[in-house]
Amino acid sequence: MIRDLALLALGTALINNLVFVQFLGISPALNMSKNVKSSAQMGVAVIFVLFFASLLTWVVNTYFLAYLRWEFLENVAFILVVVAFVQFCEMLTRKKFKSLYPIFGRYLPFIMANCAILGIVLINSREFGVLRENFAYNIANSLAAGIGFFIAIVLLAGVRERLELKNIPKAFRGIPIALISAALIALAFIGFTAG
Amino acid sequence: MTYIRTLLNGIFEENPVFVLVLGLAPALFVSTSVVNAVGLGVATLIVLICSNVVISLLRKFIPNKIRLLSQVAIIACFVTIVQILLNTYFPDLARDLGIFVPLIVVNGIIVYEAAIFATEHSPLESFIKGAAIGLGFLAALIVMAFFRELLGNGTILGFAVFGERFDPASIMIMPPGAFLTLGIGLAIFAAVKSRGKENE
Repeated sequence: MIRDLALLALGTALINNLVFVQFLGISPALNMSKNVKSSAQMGVAVIFVLFFASLLTWVVNTYFLAYLRWEFLENVAFILVVVAFVQFCEMLTRKKFKSLYPIFGRYLPFIMANCAILGIVLINSREFGVLRENFAYNIANSLAAGIGFFIAIVLLAGVRERLELKNIPKAFRGIPIALISAALIALAFIGFTAG
Repeated sequence: MTYIRTLLNGIFEENPVFVLVLGLAPALFVSTSVVNAVGLGVATLIVLICSNVVISLLRKFIPNKIRLLSQVAIIACFVTIVQILLNTYFPDLARDLGIFVPLIVVNGIIVYEAAIFATEHSPLESFIKGAAIGLGFLAALIVMAFFRELLGNGTILGFAVFGERFDPASIMIMPPGAFLTLGIGLAIFAAVKSRGKENE
């Protein structure tokens, strides 16, 4: 089982990388990857949210939705859980753990309305279902996805930091050149899949 | 008529993908073929219009504290309806679009429009704005898919255009091609915009 988990983790983190293969974390990755330090912080925030979001949604899915045969309410239930959890965390970092806000809480609103969290949670639900045995796979998949996102965003930030020193054509400055860079990195990531 | 202006605005000046830079993830994924692009674009359009109208109708009744949660719940309900309809009547399309149908819920456009516009304007205005932005999204998807499918597959809507000897640039249907198309599209829009400003 450990071997299966490790292969799954490797697959999700690199081969099916969230940003460069599945396109799931694009919006935050592009908008927040201006420098390596804040990108790393954002990546950690995403890992944190992904872990707890998948935990909570698994509980809701297994003990609530499946029990009541309300699986079609998956979308509604999951997004409500994710939004409520992220808002709760943000409130915590604003009121109680104020020192955490600039390194963590600041990124939470961006994580909320983007495809990464909901995407992974839904993929987990489709692939692993509500079987109790699959709980470990669920968590492993989410953590690996978070780590994959972290790698992706830090890579992108590193490239963009270097690009800032160069003379970019006016139309390409900002997001367009970031996308072209992402295209090249994605090209490199294909190397993980080819046999 | 200002409604026509709003519609054109949503497609060109405030195009969600190429100007506002929202809704990128579905745009990148779905633009591998024009059929998929139209499918997801229309689905998003329907959800956008429905959720905008309902949120606008309810805007005076929703207390501020649960505003975001209730908006998200309404959007999610419409997405589920559209998802079930797609699965029933267009199962092949639903399978190709995969996880991006339920991900319409977190499409930045919809949340943005609902939270900012629909809570301040009347249902009719929200309907028009929703249609405008949705059509802009659909147009952007079709444009991207047109180039990606043509160059990456040699086909348009499944019809082989260049004949059998054509060796397509498969990279265009893979992730790098998606980023490339979007990046160049954004750059073209930015260039056209700035040239328009220079002329003024």
